[in-house]
Amino acid sequence: MSEGKTDTAIQSLLKRAAPGRHEFEDLVIVPLFAIVAALVLGALTMLATSVEPATIARSYLALLQGSVGSISAISETLTAATPLILAGLGLALGFRTGLFNIGAEGQILMGGMAAVITGFSFPGLPFFVLLPLCLLSGALAGAFYAGIAGWLRAATGAHEVISTIMLNLIAYRLIDYMLRLPFVQRPGRADPISKSVPDHAALPRLLDWIDPNLRVHAGIFLALAAVYLVYWLLFRTKIGFEFRASGANPDAARFAGMRSGLIIVLAMASAGGLAGLAGSVQVLGVLERVTPGFSAGIGFDAIAVALLGRSHPVGVLFAGLLFGGLEAGGRQMQVDAGVSIDLIGIIQALIIVFIAAPLLVRAIFPWGFRKPATQQGK
Amino acid sequence: MAMTTEATSTTASTLDIGKQKHARIVGAVLIALAVLVGLVFGAGSDGNAVFRLSRPTDALVLPDLSVPAMQFNYIIAGLLAFLGVRQFLRGGVRWSSLSLGIGLALVVVTFLVWATAGKAFSLTGMLQATMVRAVPIALGGLAGVLCERVAVVNIAIEGMLLAGAFTGALLGSVFGGITGLAAAVAVGGLFGFILAALVVTYRMDQIIAGVVINLFVLGLTSYVSSQVFQEYRSLNNAPVFRAIKIPLLGDIPVIGPMLFYQNIFVYGALIMVAVATYYLFHTRNGLRARAVGEHPRAADTLGIDVYRTRFIHVTLGGMVAGFGGAWFTLGSVGRFDENMTGGRGYIGLAAMIFGRWHPVGALMAALVFGFADSMQQKLALLQTPIPSEFLAMAPYIATIIVVAGFIGRARAPAADGQPYIKE
Repeated sequence: MSEGKTDTAIQSLLKRAAPGRHEFEDLVIVPLFAIVAALVLGALTMLATSVEPATIARSYLALLQGSVGSISAISETLTAATPLILAGLGLALGFRTGLFNIGAEGQILMGGMAAVITGFSFPGLPFFVLLPLCLLSGALAGAFYAGIAGWLRAATGAHEVISTIMLNLIAYRLIDYMLRLPFVQRPGRADPISKSVPDHAALPRLLDWIDPNLRVHAGIFLALAAVYLVYWLLFRTKIGFEFRASGANPDAARFAGMRSGLIIVLAMASAGGLAGLAGSVQVLGVLERVTPGFSAGIGFDAIAVALLGRSHPVGVLFAGLLFGGLEAGGRQMQVDAGVSIDLIGIIQALIIVFIAAPLLVRAIFPWGFRKPATQQGK
Repeated sequence: MAMTTEATSTTASTLDIGKQKHARIVGAVLIALAVLVGLVFGAGSDGNAVFRLSRPTDALVLPDLSVPAMQFNYIIAGLLAFLGVRQFLRGGVRWSSLSLGIGLALVVVTFLVWATAGKAFSLTGMLQATMVRAVPIALGGLAGVLCERVAVVNIAIEGMLLAGAFTGALLGSVFGGITGLAAAVAVGGLFGFILAALVVTYRMDQIIAGVVINLFVLGLTSYVSSQVFQEYRSLNNAPVFRAIKIPLLGDIPVIGPMLFYQNIFVYGALIMVAVATYYLFHTRNGLRARAVGEHPRAADTLGIDVYRTRFIHVTLGGMVAGFGGAWFTLGSVGRFDENMTGGRGYIGLAAMIFGRWHPVGALMAALVFGFADSMQQKLALLQTPIPSEFLAMAPYIATIIVVAGFIGRARAPAADGQPYIKE
């Protein structure tokens, strides 16, 4: 009896997770099959590049061990998941508003840069002032950078896909340039690298009392708080309703009196703020300094995380953990089995293909679903 | 009835207000540019800017073009200010995009004059490089035109270019350039087919499908290049197609080296643009394709197979992009590097929008981007006080300005981006 109750509770929760697709199958079975299919195709890729079957087995074992096999593996997974969740939340917010923001990468770079500059500029402040200040400046920098794309979209109709991609490319160059400025570059270094943030501006490590090498830091709590905050914003506030309404039907939202331009700018800025926060968390918790391309593709992986999580905050949380696990496990895989970590990119792309095209998964696994695949094409 | 008329007139007046606002913004931008040109480029340059128009070895040698830099730039600044003030006060709706275009072109000219002041600079060499660098962008744009004319948004051009580059390098190293090129075209077509299958048959969101293909190709090519190419370097050492000089035409000064002394990728791009224009706008099948993009339901009613048309054109678009991708390896350096396309596919997409979904327009827009790209390269040699990073940003900033400034006038095919579900 109680089991049935929780079941319906989960069902109703999942129903909210993806408007328009109320099927339990779409939300649980499709992702599971997607992951399986992606892993199988990944194995075939390895086979095609003449990796031996034994090595393939070993690499998937390493993938598992490296993601959840030990405390240090879990720590690495959480460390990798933290920025993915934050940036993914921002992108999910954009998707809900009907904005396809590809610019998380650039926003992460700008956020991280701002956080570092704030960090080393005010070393005299106590940590309970300095740390929030660093995070805030990172978030604001990301919000401003994404706001440019939002404003362009609202004012001129420039498609945000193109403008955010261009802003990404601009951000790379801008970071390169800034890292050579005398007040940013680390003294005595010729290569582009920033000064380090002072220790009391760094996010505290959570498990360094067990082993100083465990890198998981307080940013994970920030990510969890952000999950709740975005949930609250999207589903419990007026502005969140306006976001979702403009995403679901822009014309209806406009005729209902919502200011579409303002909503676009606000949604982009919030998305950029979260991405900027992801960048500052990465810098303050893990890297402690900025180097060119320190974002390492997090912004693009976050797109996948947001899609996989069906743009729902809770979904993004789990998707972020999965991708963090793939990332951490992939590194282990590269060390143990000698298979390049780029394979993870292939697997991630395949997972999204299958998630985003449920009809495709139904066609491949017809026995996994109650209804025959032919009836799905309404 | 009355309500409809009212609604229409309201829409019309809002549109007018929007256009006037747009015209004002353009005016303000032009005035700002005039100030910039006057203060920075005008006051900051002295001496003559010398532009070389031909090499001493050419059959026909033109004299160098010498411009007194400061005076020239002040005159242009005045011209810009005139355009801007006129735009701002009169709100000339019809002329706003044209003025912006002319204004930006003028700024580029003054910038060149300022950077060259007191030095000499080969204009012909830069135009030649412009053409070369425009090729992948033009082909990407053309691929976009073919897809979007049948209402499929193709963000995956970037991935198709990358796939073409990779295949060209791999098979070109093993079997020679021609085979590599053919294989690149085939693989581009394959990804076009996959995109069509995902969005037409499985009705996946078109932008997501495109992004996924990009991620997948990036992952796959990076994986193979770090897993295989590191070890077997001979697999990543393809022959490069040399430039072929067309007799007589190649000897025309300035235009000759730009258009008639290039490799097969440049000729191929020009021919493809011509063929695509003829096909889309002067043949029965082209008309049908455009009908599918504008109103698939009507096209279907008239007996055109919407799905089949989309499959064919998206695959063709993929083949064009594959050919463009081969330029990166077989047409320039001969070896593949991770993510070597560096966003050219997206710039191609912007070129398509700028070129108003027309092959010739896309080519022209690609030339603008190619110009920005080659200018950045050549200016590094002139040692301007501008940091090289900012010069490297120029093409991207140009893309944003273009997309923001011109999209108001361009119109996408009506059904663009929507899946068609047959009843």
